Amino acid sequence: MSEPKDSCVQPARGIIGKPPSADIPATPAQEVNVELARVGQKAPDFEAGAYFGGGFKNVRLSDYAGKWVVICFYPGDFTFV
Amino acid sequence: MEVLSLSTDSRFVHKIWQEEELSKMVDGGVPFPMLSDAGGKIGRAYGVYDEAAGVDIRGRFIIDPDGVIRAMEVLTPEVGRNVDELLRQVKAFQHVVKTGEVTPSGWQPGTPTLKPGPSLVGKVWKEWQPRIIYK
Repeated sequence: MSEPKDSCVQPARGIIGKPPSADIPATPAQEVNVELARVGQKAPDFEAGAYFGGGFKNVRLSDYAGKWVVICFYPGDFTFV
Repeated sequence: MEVLSLSTDSRFVHKIWQEEELSKMVDGGVPFPMLSDAGGKIGRAYGVYDEAAGVDIRGRFIIDPDGVIRAMEVLTPEVGRNVDELLRQVKAFQHVVKTGEVTPSGWQPGTPTLKPGPSLVGKVWKEWQPRIIYK
């Protein structure tokens, strides 16, 4: 477990909202309070644990700034379609 | 173009799915990160989380280099997607960003594009016909 990028244990942050203002303490509700995805608007940023290239790491959408990105949701591994 | 896939499965399940099944469909396995949306928090923000079933339904989003969503397609689970149409849309958006032209219905790389402006009003028929695409 010395590999820092390996997120086998460390949970990812999920949706990353606007940083809470300094005078209001952060709450979980505020952290997930982001705009719903719409075409023509900024894509909600997120961080998630991932399996890639034989290992585990956390992936953040904003790491891909400057590139075209396709994100695909699907109902589940080992399903049929 | 980079691809990220997401489902509510854990990254450990993704590993076994890749090893047991996907690697037998695609040589070397799928070449992109498989993300875990445990709890559906990300799917909720993208409007694809089915609260009753507890899973993300099929949704795909094309995001440009500025982080703006250019296209979205959301399907109920029974019908799979068409990669050709996804790639066509990505190529069309890339072309539009590069050239400032616009791509008519059914556009494919190499077929005519349109240059919007006063002189094109009422004259699209001269530049583009459905038979160009659907012959």
